[in-house]
Amino acid sequence: MIIGTQVSINALLAFGVTFVIITGGIDLSLGSMVAVTGVVAATFAHPDTYPLAVPLLAGLGAGLLFGAFNGFVVTKSKVPPFIVTLGTMTIGRGLALILSKGRPVSNLSDPFNFIGGGNVFGIPFPIIILIIAFLVCSVILNKTILGRYMYAVGGNEPAARASGIGVNRVKMWVYTICGILSALGGILLTSRITTGQPNAGAGFELDAIAAAIIGGTSTSGGTGTMTGTLIGALLIGVISNSLDLLNVTSYYQQVVMGVIIIGAVVLDSAGKKERG
Amino acid sequence: MAETILRVKQLSRSFSGIKALDNVQLDLKKGEVHALMGENGAGKSTFMKILIGLLAADSGEIIFEGSHLENSNVSDTLKKGISMIHQEMLVIPELTVAQNIFLGREKEVTRKSGWPSLWLDDSEINRKAAELLKQMGVSIDPEARMKFLSVAQMQMVEIAKAISNNAKVIIMDEPTSAISDREVATLFGIIRELKAREVSIIYISHKMDEIFEISDTITVLRDGKYIATKAASELDNNSLIAMMVGREISQMFPENAGNHGEVVLSVQNLSSKGKFSDIHFQVRSGEILGLAGLMGAGRTEIARAIFGLDPLEKGEIKIRDQNVRIQSPQDAISKGIGYVSEDRKGLGFIPDMSVSDNIILSSLRQHRKGIFIDEKGKELTVNRIINELRIKTSGTDQKAVQLSGGNQQKVVIGKVLLASPEIVILDEPTRGVDVGAKVEIYKLIRNLSEKGIAIIMISSELPEILGMSDRILVLSKGRQTAVLSGKEATQEMIMKYAVA
Ligand SMILES: Nc1ncnc2c1ncn2[C@@H]1O[C@H](COP(=O)(O)OP(=O)(O)OP(=O)(O)O)[C@@H](O)[C@H]1O
Ligand SMILES: [Mg+2]
Repeated sequence: MIIGTQVSINALLAFGVTFVIITGGIDLSLGSMVAVTGVVAATFAHPDTYPLAVPLLAGLGAGLLFGAFNGFVVTKSKVPPFIVTLGTMTIGRGLALILSKGRPVSNLSDPFNFIGGGNVFGIPFPIIILIIAFLVCSVILNKTILGRYMYAVGGNEPAARASGIGVNRVKMWVYTICGILSALGGILLTSRITTGQPNAGAGFELDAIAAAIIGGTSTSGGTGTMTGTLIGALLIGVISNSLDLLNVTSYYQQVVMGVIIIGAVVLDSAGKKERG
Repeated sequence: MAETILRVKQLSRSFSGIKALDNVQLDLKKGEVHALMGENGAGKSTFMKILIGLLAADSGEIIFEGSHLENSNVSDTLKKGISMIHQEMLVIPELTVAQNIFLGREKEVTRKSGWPSLWLDDSEINRKAAELLKQMGVSIDPEARMKFLSVAQMQMVEIAKAISNNAKVIIMDEPTSAISDREVATLFGIIRELKAREVSIIYISHKMDEIFEISDTITVLRDGKYIATKAASELDNNSLIAMMVGREISQMFPENAGNHGEVVLSVQNLSSKGKFSDIHFQVRSGEILGLAGLMGAGRTEIARAIFGLDPLEKGEIKIRDQNVRIQSPQDAISKGIGYVSEDRKGLGFIPDMSVSDNIILSSLRQHRKGIFIDEKGKELTVNRIINELRIKTSGTDQKAVQLSGGNQQKVVIGKVLLASPEIVILDEPTRGVDVGAKVEIYKLIRNLSEKGIAIIMISSELPEILGMSDRILVLSKGRQTAVLSGKEATQEMIMKYAVA
């Protein structure tokens, strides 16, 4: 049950960062966006204040703005996305602490808490969100012109530009989408732990990037699939869960996870060599 | 006189203070093939990139069918009907052929088939691409990923992309530098058809015979300045060259003294599955061995295997009677082999490093003081190479990627020479290099051979093979079909064995 939520959150972030990595970028601010959007949502989610739509839209809106800001700085400055989002990662963490005055935002309404904890037809709600997000992201990537342009920008930016593609617009889109998906993750997490935690989500960006990479997304851009990323996220979830069951301590778990990440990429590139 | 479709007036553009284009002009008529000629770095590509809106001009006017284009971006000019085949082959390796051809124009396809405008209609894109490629008479699978294509095939896809736009003006920046004669013939057929449909072509190439075969009008640039526009019929090879380089060139190929020493390199039974088999040859010190053949005959593959870039299936390589095993380029360099790749972008140089760092890269060991780089000595050597090869650069610290194509090639040759090799393999050493620089590179190659270096030269330009080689090894489909003497061989003989 808990794994379900954890895997869902990681997968949502991983979908977002997959878009970004395909265009040749990176987003390190995912974890901070989870915290900011969670705190924002929680602020509007106390019982008997606003209808459920308000905290949801506030959280998603915060994610959208944050992501769009990432995209804006990446496209308007010549600063590499790694640095930009390293900066906004710290900014985001600070914002979350400012907005919550450093304290957890608790006492949330039942409908809000249902999102991360409830079941529909016996299926945990986070899983349903995960499935819907997966379908939507796959469609964006494979069936829309925007998706095609993401591959083009990451595959060869000068060529994309010479083909008349608005490269900056594509980048704005991917960071913004990534922000919205992080907000979805932030809302899920806040609802699941029934508190808006300004310190939540630290390190989430690394798990999400790991899921994308295990799933075959190349960090140099131009390749990657949502199915791969989903498998990557599930794999990480299953492995950490089995290690838990085997009583492997979290210290060793981290070592194992690191080996798996490298192993996945090594296997992937060995496979490519034989085919190519 | 046909009407003008595109007129450019007083166009200028500088890069960090240096004028790449200085008041150039162009008057393009409907349905003509207009060649744009000039040495490496003359500003041809810069000019064309400004025309299609990929670069901005500092000043000047561009008038296309009566409307101004100075401030348009690529997507505007594409829509207005100007498309361009880029010199540096701008493709997306991970996308398919069809997806590359219609990149940036997916909406048009979608709109016609009635989908919502953000939707992709890949089946229609595939269908249209297949139709287009068939029309062009090239057999390339539209659903193949671009990265699995040969360079020549990629070039044909780029051509397909440019003509699929129903453009009124098509700019072709060195479209034939990577394709074989048969494909050139296909391209010229296409150009003639386009002409008949009143499409105008701006054609850039360093291959003189092509220019006289296909063009109606010739405009010459030199050092970023407009020199003249003439009807092709008014010019011949020599007068055109003189306009381009600003001096007469009396002799393309330097004299060959023909002094050869002992055998430096010999290979026997060289085979690599699916690429080439049973290759055997020797090269003596001071000798130039030409490798001739069609695209895909296995010439580059042989060079790569000798240089340790690809594994060999079987065969022996001897350097001065010693059997050697070469497993990596580092091995090869330490055994005295230098390789100038045909794939300049991929293997030749490091784009973001400076000209001087690129030149010195393989010979840093000779330019050090203890563990530090001997900056002064390095600078001296680099400047000597730049002067010797006449590399046109704004300074030794200019990034290699900013040089014109031909000058990049000279940087690569310079780098290989500095490692003082005994054997040098040159793969298409003058691809994309202008006539003036070609003459210099030929002199340089001759100089090297006179110093006793054994040279293997791969080239698709028959005049070059004939003009430079002492002996010519002809390959066909991975097998060696003849070894001819350089003095006695003719183009016809080489072609006969190349298709054997
Ligand atoms: N982005 C850039 N930054 C700085 N200098 C540049 C840049 N692009 C081109 N140049 C310079 O402008 C000049 C013209 O280059 P251009 O590529 O237009 O030459 P070209 O005529 O196409 O040569 P080639 O026949 O070798 O392709 C060169 O001196 C080159 O170094
Ligand atoms: Mg050029």
